Amino acid sequence: MKTRNTVLTGLAIAIFALVLWLADKNLGGYAMRILNLSAIYVVLSLSLNLVNGFTGLFSLGCAGFMAVGAYVSALLTMSPEVKEMNFFLEPLAPWLARLTLPFALALVAGGFCAALAGLVVGIPVLRLKDDYLAIATLGFSEIIRVVITNLQGLTNGAQGLKNIPKFSTTWTVWGVAALVVAFMALLTRSSYGRQLKAVRDDEIAAEAMGVNVFRVKVTSFTISSFLAGVGGALLGHMITTIDPKMFSFMLTFNILLIVVLGGNGSITGSVIASILVTVLMEALRFLDEPLNLFFFKTNGLPGLRMVVFSAMLMAVVILRQRGLMGDQELTWSGFEKAGLLPRSKKGASK
Amino acid sequence: MDLATFLQQLANAASLGSLYSLIAIGYTMVYGILRLINFAHGDIFMLGAYFAFYLIASVALPWWVAFLVAIAITSLFGIALERIAYRPLRDSPRISLMISAIGASFLIENLGVVIFGGRPKSFASIPLFDTVVRMGSVQVLSVSLFIPVITILLLVVLLFVVNRTKTGMAMRAVSTDVEAARLMAIDVNKVISYTFGIGSALAAIGGILWTMKYPQLNPLMGIMPGLKCFIAAVIGGIGNISGAVLGGFLLGFIEIMVAAFLPALTGYRDAFSFILLILVLLLKPSGLLGKKQTVKV
Repeated sequence: MKTRNTVLTGLAIAIFALVLWLADKNLGGYAMRILNLSAIYVVLSLSLNLVNGFTGLFSLGCAGFMAVGAYVSALLTMSPEVKEMNFFLEPLAPWLARLTLPFALALVAGGFCAALAGLVVGIPVLRLKDDYLAIATLGFSEIIRVVITNLQGLTNGAQGLKNIPKFSTTWTVWGVAALVVAFMALLTRSSYGRQLKAVRDDEIAAEAMGVNVFRVKVTSFTISSFLAGVGGALLGHMITTIDPKMFSFMLTFNILLIVVLGGNGSITGSVIASILVTVLMEALRFLDEPLNLFFFKTNGLPGLRMVVFSAMLMAVVILRQRGLMGDQELTWSGFEKAGLLPRSKKGASK
Repeated sequence: MDLATFLQQLANAASLGSLYSLIAIGYTMVYGILRLINFAHGDIFMLGAYFAFYLIASVALPWWVAFLVAIAITSLFGIALERIAYRPLRDSPRISLMISAIGASFLIENLGVVIFGGRPKSFASIPLFDTVVRMGSVQVLSVSLFIPVITILLLVVLLFVVNRTKTGMAMRAVSTDVEAARLMAIDVNKVISYTFGIGSALAAIGGILWTMKYPQLNPLMGIMPGLKCFIAAVIGGIGNISGAVLGGFLLGFIEIMVAAFLPALTGYRDAFSFILLILVLLLKPSGLLGKKQTVKV
């Protein structure tokens, strides 16, 4: 059983890598960009799903931690010349101006800085619950954005950073996404993951069973911030320009949409929804352009695409609260039960 | 800073605080009854202003008729919003309700962008509100003086409705205990609709007065005031109408006065309210006028 599943998983990864390789060879830059963007959304949605779906903390602070990761990683990898070009209003702090680190190191540093921010924010804020927590995290995310806008000498303020080195290649983003998926799968199956779910399902019962609820919450929040930071850094290195406006509540909303659509507490759900939503977002671009529906012509309605997405989120929440997957996962045993795989001799096991 | 400037800032602060109060009341009433942060409340505020704008600009109604009609339409809109987006979820976890509210908020904003257009519109000036009043060396727009007066009048009416009428009693009953209220033959759905109607009407009044003072409309204008007024409601003690007003005034004063006295911090203006929120939540989570609630296992 176990060996079969391992073989199947390995096979699936190999097939996916092959598809990716073929796509990288044959698809144009635009299509690849969308594909890579979905990988970044996989990282981000898993980050939100960890706190929201697995720990039951409704956090809306994603965008703030992404901003921290994106700025740190961008500032650490830009060459001194590019930095000088960017910071024409006020020079960058000299120690940072000359520093250029390799991408992998900068990415991890971005994640760690975001995690640090998450820890600092989390310790006071995680005493709150439900909607208060949501508003407080949203508040912190806004505060981070305002601070970045005002720290001219460190972040170049509202002008943002341009010409960030384009390190987010197909293999990097999908590699990171795969690592994060594997990490989440291992985490949620570990005893630690069960603690998270216990806190989600019944905080008081979990506490009575000896789970250190506050510590579990803070750790989960910090890990989630780390992932958000990495995702933000990847995003920065992909679109090569970042500015504080980019990291508004809108971005958190997109990620929330993915998590809710995929199913709160489902890793595979988040992965599927990330790809689905990213592709749909691009596929529905025609809605913003002039439409011609025989009787009915519109002359370009920018925003219509977002109307569709907001309506979709509401429809999912109202009509099918569980989202695509609920809190279930796609597993090989699940396929077997559905009759898509030949039955093993020993019968179905978990 | 001389006295005249100070008085001028004081008038500004009073009118901004009043506007915040008007919107915060809607948040606090809805939260008191449904335990829901109505994220779309800021967008209802935006709609009120837009309805008034179109009724004046396209239908050519006299401004006061337009204002009354706009307030009525917005109020109905608020009731409809509750029916469509919140009622089906009343027995679901609170997080679902909140996600629905966020979805509704984005839907209204984006519909606003599609229907009203993303370009900001400016309100025609109404002479009654647009004259400069001089008192000695202090100059203020007349609307800045009207706003606090209107707010206080509305507050008195609202407190009367909530504390002295049957509907108000039903509202208080539902906010204390929904099930018990239902057993006492109170039509909970009707009470919730009333609450949304009143809250949305106040938001519409706030929106219209806001555009009298800051005469520019855009579909995203409700986001920031919406968030800040929720904060005001939390600071005052959510569920408590006088608390919302207190919080609104407090926030308005702090914002204007910090900008006036510490101009170096103006860039951080939007962060103040959030910092204040977090401080209040950590130090006195029930708010300034709120009752302390104990959680029973």
